[in-house]
Amino acid sequence: MSKINELSATKVSELIKNHEITVEEAVLDSYSAIDAKDKEINAFVHMEKEKALEEAKSIQEKIDKGEITSPLAGVPIAVKDNMCIVNEPATCCSNILKGYKSTYTATAVDKVKDSGMVVVGKTNMDEFAMGSTTETSCFGPCKNPVNTDRVPGGSSGGSCAAVAAGEVKLALGSDTGGSIRQPSGYCGVVGIKPTYGTVSRSGLIAYGSSLDQIGPIANDVTDCVKLLEVISGKDNKDSTSILRQDYDFSKYLTEDVKGLKIGIPADYLSEGLDKDVYDKVMEVKDILTDKGAVVEEFNLGLSEYIIPAYYIIACAEASSNLERFDGVKYGYRTPDYEELHEMYKKSRSEGFGSEVKRRIMLGSFVLSSGYYDAYYIKALKTKALLKKAYDDAFSKYDCILSPVAPTTAPEIGKSLQDPLKMYLSDIYTVSVNLCYLPGICVPAGLASDNMPVGVQFIGNTFREDNIIKAAYALEKARKGE
Amino acid sequence: MRDYETVIGLEVHVELATKTKIFCGCSTKFGVKPNVNTCPVCTGMPGALPVLNKQVVDYAIAVGLATNCDITRDCKFDRKNYFYPDNPQNYQISQLYLPICRNGHVEIETKDGKKDVRIHEIHMEEDAGKLVHDEWEDTSNVDFNRSGVPLIEIVSEPDMRSAEEVIAYLDKLRMTIAYLGASDCKLQEGSMRADVNLSVREKGSDKFGTRTEMKNLNSFKAIARAIEGERARQIDLIEEGKEVVQETRHWDDVKESSYAMRSKEDAKDYRYFPDPDLATIHISEEWIENIRANQPEMAPEKKKRYMEEFGLPEYDADILTLEKKMADMFEATTAICNKPKKVSNWLMVETMRLLKEQSMDAADIRFSPENLAKLIELADKGTINSSVAKEVFEVMFNDNIDPEAYVEEKGLATVSDTGELDAIIKKVIEENPKSVEDYKAGKKKAIGFLVGQTMKATQGKAAPNVVNQILTKYLDEA
Repeated sequence: MSKINELSATKVSELIKNHEITVEEAVLDSYSAIDAKDKEINAFVHMEKEKALEEAKSIQEKIDKGEITSPLAGVPIAVKDNMCIVNEPATCCSNILKGYKSTYTATAVDKVKDSGMVVVGKTNMDEFAMGSTTETSCFGPCKNPVNTDRVPGGSSGGSCAAVAAGEVKLALGSDTGGSIRQPSGYCGVVGIKPTYGTVSRSGLIAYGSSLDQIGPIANDVTDCVKLLEVISGKDNKDSTSILRQDYDFSKYLTEDVKGLKIGIPADYLSEGLDKDVYDKVMEVKDILTDKGAVVEEFNLGLSEYIIPAYYIIACAEASSNLERFDGVKYGYRTPDYEELHEMYKKSRSEGFGSEVKRRIMLGSFVLSSGYYDAYYIKALKTKALLKKAYDDAFSKYDCILSPVAPTTAPEIGKSLQDPLKMYLSDIYTVSVNLCYLPGICVPAGLASDNMPVGVQFIGNTFREDNIIKAAYALEKARKGE
Repeated sequence: MRDYETVIGLEVHVELATKTKIFCGCSTKFGVKPNVNTCPVCTGMPGALPVLNKQVVDYAIAVGLATNCDITRDCKFDRKNYFYPDNPQNYQISQLYLPICRNGHVEIETKDGKKDVRIHEIHMEEDAGKLVHDEWEDTSNVDFNRSGVPLIEIVSEPDMRSAEEVIAYLDKLRMTIAYLGASDCKLQEGSMRADVNLSVREKGSDKFGTRTEMKNLNSFKAIARAIEGERARQIDLIEEGKEVVQETRHWDDVKESSYAMRSKEDAKDYRYFPDPDLATIHISEEWIENIRANQPEMAPEKKKRYMEEFGLPEYDADILTLEKKMADMFEATTAICNKPKKVSNWLMVETMRLLKEQSMDAADIRFSPENLAKLIELADKGTINSSVAKEVFEVMFNDNIDPEAYVEEKGLATVSDTGELDAIIKKVIEENPKSVEDYKAGKKKAIGFLVGQTMKATQGKAAPNVVNQILTKYLDEA
């Protein structure tokens, strides 16, 4: 079964359709990789192997009968633990949701299953997707498969680590401020944060509703784009989902970037950026220039306001979104209380971890009367200015190239000591969410510490075409194809 | 004592008559087992998202147009954050910053004449669930069937000065909204709820006093009593040199007094912000015009038309248009039998009497226009006499029976076989020589007694006018 190891998800699906391997074999191959590696990596927090093998059989039948023809049919996939699957746990890696089982399935997961992929397990994440390291999980930290002393990034660290470790070839993550792109960069895989509204949020346990998007993670751009095609679509269960004119993203898997105008925000290349990462961005610039793209630096502006605006908006929404976890209806309830308000206080104090509590307090503060205008409204104004700056940029460039993170993956245990520094490291990713833009992270090689460096292409809203082209061209060039 | 003026503003919640909830597809039906009409959205399950029911917006616009409001073209929902177990998300989806309707007014009429009450705004929101306390087990359970049922809240300006004006305003709203079909507006059943904001000030002052908000008012009478009670309480405080505290108070209609609600129940920082799960609603001119064009005929126009088209007296037209259901019954029945004045009489007299006797609303009328039309025909043709008709009507009012079948079955038809009637009348004349003599002596009234005797002999089934005719004939001949 080792023959599966080196293959892409699309190729595995082809072999399944040609009856060279079975869906069950692919799933068992995934589980044997998990058995071998996950004790150390801790990418998975929940698995239902028997159920997955049952599903593998029924999917096999459907593929054999020609009822399922998706290019990813039969391929095992991992799902981040903030997405609901009926009768299975969805904990967001928080004690407050331990014991809770979903009563319905997220639309994106439904689509994955309808396309014949087999969910092998739920992956580790920062508690409620709040974090950049996957260390705040109640199931313990996830480790970077490239070097297990390092974090995989976050919050979709489990999904990215599972793909990077070869435990699965595909995974779903969610991205509120970089939670797909940053860990993809740290782990050396490909991840896409689509235009807001492209993938339904129904069944995604909300962090920041106006920022959250589910997106695909895979080893290469092709697999990632194929998975994006599967999960995209307007959903009548999500009022913020949008009907797009075209969901055929595969047709942009072309390395023809001749004449593609790419801008690099000079503001992103100064302060705080590691030399290694800077060098990789410049390497990518040269590669794409060689392929005929026109790459130049420009000033985006506003960079010092991005992080405050993002954390105010994300935390404000989170403080309200997380109110439903109260010990009344599901999840954790403190065993010892006298009356209602004490029950609320103790259940939430004991159930949430410290990073989540920090963000709930921050969010509650900026929404309180007297501070609403000074913080929340000001953050919305900043967001509008930022959107305008991007609009101006996209009037000149087809897409934007930038780092995804200022450094390579930090060592485990180093980041949480200084939360403000951790927040500042989100500088390159959060504006994509604030402005509803699509972004893709692609590997750009190894840094001097032998850790992967990812770069990011950002497109205008609904212009995944340009970033897919740029990413695909870069991938081809780096593989020497 | 100084002369005081009461200043009152109202917050009226109206439950809309949609089939499904405001943000999910669950039924709004009541009277089912707890938590039957629920889904992940209205029970606040993780990851579930609200999707707006367009009918709610249609109804809110219709009410806004009928109350002369401006419709907000880009309106949004906001989250009102507070923790309580009947509120599954621990925030209520409501409207604060951009409510759907603003700056309206309605005209009310009291014994002092007509006046306008201004409407500050109307906003859409979701209802909460219901807590059921199990004293036996010492636990509380939550029933989410009502969670997510659509409401509109109509907020007036402080334009009312007496209980009478408040009742007139509420009646006007109730009638308008019922006419629109947007709600049945029943105070007792909670589909219409009013909170009263009240302050007092010395007459002639142009500054408002400190107001209180009164909750738990379940009937017009309770509202009137609460207004009188709160007015007196505030005046007493001021006269004693104390201050009125701005607070929310709970009215106890049995004790006819109120108490201040605990500050925890009255915490005011709701941390409102726009709900990011719901997009801005863009209301086009076309949307508004479409609703305007489909607005039903309201009471004043109906009244005018009843007088012109059906020749009804103003008094009749007034009463018939007071309640939508009454007007509907009138129009439907008249369409069948084409006897507007007779239909009007049955509705105004007998129907109103029985509704009052049984403390029912017009909305509770069970009999069909078809059956009322049949009854009118039966009485008109003389098949039954008027007292039988009243009896049959009462049965029909209670059980919606078919009057034709009922009269047939019970043998209530008038005795119209003149042979049979002749014989009875002859017998009555024979048995009552004194009355016959009186009649002949010029006491024409004596015939009344003879008619009565005949009716008795026929067990009420004869038509009195026919009896009168035959009697006169025999008496004059003899």
